[in-house]
Amino acid sequence: MINFELSQEQKEIHTMAMKFARQEMIPKASEYDQKSEMPLEILEKAWSLGLVNTCIPTEFGGTGFSTMDSMIITEALAYGCLGMNTALMANDLALLPIVIGGDDVQKKKFLTPFTESYKIAAFCLTEPGNGSDAGGIKTSIKDGGDHWLINGQKMWITNAGYADLFTLYGTIDPELKHKGISAVVIEKGTEGIEIGAAEKKMGHCCSDTRSVTFKDVKIPKENMLGAPGDGWKIAMKTLDHSRPMVAASAVGGAQCSLDYATQYSKERVQFNKPIAAHQAIQFMLADMATKIEAARLLVYKSAWLIDQGLSNTKIASMAKAFASDSFMQVATDAVQIYGGYGYSKEYPVEKLMRDAKLIQIYEGTSQIQRLVIAKEVLK
Amino acid sequence: MNIFVCVKQVPDTETKITPSGDGTFIETSSIKWIMNPYDEFAVEQALLLKAANAGSTVTVLRVGSTQDTEALRTALAMGADEAILVEGQDNLDSYMIAKSLKGAIEKSGKNPDILFTGKQAIDDDCLQVPQLLAQMIDMPSVSVVVGFESEGGKVTLKREVEGGALEVYEVNTPVVVACNKGINTPRYASLPGIMKAKKKPLQNLSLADVGVSGDDRRVKYSNFQLPPEKPPGKKFDAMDEGKQAEIVAEVVQLLRNEAKVI
Ligand SMILES: Cc1cc2nc3c(=O)[nH]c(=O)nc-3n(C[C@H](O)[C@H](O)[C@H](O)COP(=O)(O)OP(=O)(O)OC[C@H]3O[C@@H](n4cnc5c(N)ncnc54)[C@H](O)[C@@H]3O)c2cc1C
Repeated sequence: MINFELSQEQKEIHTMAMKFARQEMIPKASEYDQKSEMPLEILEKAWSLGLVNTCIPTEFGGTGFSTMDSMIITEALAYGCLGMNTALMANDLALLPIVIGGDDVQKKKFLTPFTESYKIAAFCLTEPGNGSDAGGIKTSIKDGGDHWLINGQKMWITNAGYADLFTLYGTIDPELKHKGISAVVIEKGTEGIEIGAAEKKMGHCCSDTRSVTFKDVKIPKENMLGAPGDGWKIAMKTLDHSRPMVAASAVGGAQCSLDYATQYSKERVQFNKPIAAHQAIQFMLADMATKIEAARLLVYKSAWLIDQGLSNTKIASMAKAFASDSFMQVATDAVQIYGGYGYSKEYPVEKLMRDAKLIQIYEGTSQIQRLVIAKEVLK
Repeated sequence: MNIFVCVKQVPDTETKITPSGDGTFIETSSIKWIMNPYDEFAVEQALLLKAANAGSTVTVLRVGSTQDTEALRTALAMGADEAILVEGQDNLDSYMIAKSLKGAIEKSGKNPDILFTGKQAIDDDCLQVPQLLAQMIDMPSVSVVVGFESEGGKVTLKREVEGGALEVYEVNTPVVVACNKGINTPRYASLPGIMKAKKKPLQNLSLADVGVSGDDRRVKYSNFQLPPEKPPGKKFDAMDEGKQAEIVAEVVQLLRNEAKVI
């Protein structure tokens, strides 16, 4: 009844994605982190090998991955560099609402170009005044007769400075609360889009994060996904897909932290033996490995549920909360195992610890995940 | 053009090797297999040649056990058209492997116009199969090839020799070309490539099918061992002014008589 073995094809996907992470991403991760620059060449290469936009269905030019396949890819890319993975994963976050809520004409128009060349997408939900409380967003979408008129400001938008396409959540009427939330697609170059300055961040420094202001932005009527007011439903379904993916990235980062720490603990000698021979270090490694294994199983289960067409809301939130909290702990312990060297930018675990923190914040904070889990438990 | 490539599956360089109990091979149960890295250059060169010659096919051949078909699948995912696997243990000697490959080529029903291999396999480092195979199928062979150009029925091959010099060969096809690092940069197997590879033909043959039996074995393995652990290096304290001449003499003596490097 239960089978934990990946298919032959999934093993090959894993091998290939890990090879890409090791050969293309890891050697450049520190450099791009320190200069806070998007490594466009690496990202485009990842795209050319089919590692990006895994959510696009085959009918619209995608490769036809299962949700499970995309977990394997995301874990490997995050193993290579969390920041680069954020830049790539943000595409999926922005395209998923189209996959989930768009009609065939919209899918063809907006998704297919992403399979023909490397394009960048941004997902605009968070606002300066509304983060966790996404239902309270204020960006207005007004009916202008033959167009929708958008006004508002979005905050912390990944890929904003490079985006060819924005998926935006706004409201047709704040009084309607969740029922007023609607999702639209806005193409680059539309008049009235103002891109803010790049945020200076703690981690994921090679990804691009900015505020975006929409001032009397007019978009065609056919750019709304579903009907006015369908946005919240689309957003919730999107999260069921995107949370496992973000959780998978935490597993990748944690695995990378553990691998570095394991290696270092065998090499570093103190008190005439490798520190790995000290039981206190061994116990740390044991806990790290156990957390990673458990987190990965939650990720796989939450993906498997989607592939079976079953509801995964609770497990997806468990995966997101557990994997990201575990990553934070594992990365912190990796720094501990490296001692003073772990605190230096010369060694890779310092970056991993900074990168880990964000995973507990975006795509719903660890607290918000617990709200979701509790709500499901108490149902 | 009928392009053939021979690939071997070898243990990942990071795999920990342990000799098997009876000493005839290594423990294979927990090994992660990869395509022999030099063979990746061979596959890439075959694909480049195919791209330059419309209507060509690339057939990959491998002799080995079936427990994992990583090498062939990778070659198909990179873009090869079909694959033939001759099932046999992973510890066949070079002669048996070459003879099996010859049999597989015959079974394919195609005459190779060009056959690529890696210059050596990184597991047993025998460096024999390309030359043995070339002899058996009556083709010229050039090894350690770092440059390849093809025009009409001719190829121009650059071959690395000691001291970094290059030899240039002009050879009429058909020819066996054993590739070295530097000839090209092997592509990744793309994910769509991996998905497509599933549907490409993979023919399975037994050793008997290709006319090879135990009698063909020229080398019998009996006692696989790990290399002895390296003894720690010797340290000399030459900080003491008065003793330096003495120490230099001792080091020179050791380099000459013990390490035998001067
Ligand atoms: C680098 C980066 C990239 C990002 N990329 C994107 C993007 O591409 N698109 C996008 O739309 N957004 C993006 N975000 C925004 C991110 O999703 C939000 O920051 C996140 O949802 C939290 O919102 P907030 O920052 O407003 O925090 P707040 O909601 O103000 O939360 C502050 C604290 O209060 C806690 N809290 C809030 N409500 C509750 C409650 N009910 N119970 C218990 N605790 C609570 C939170 O857990 C948190 O600890 C990004 C953020 C960052 C930092």
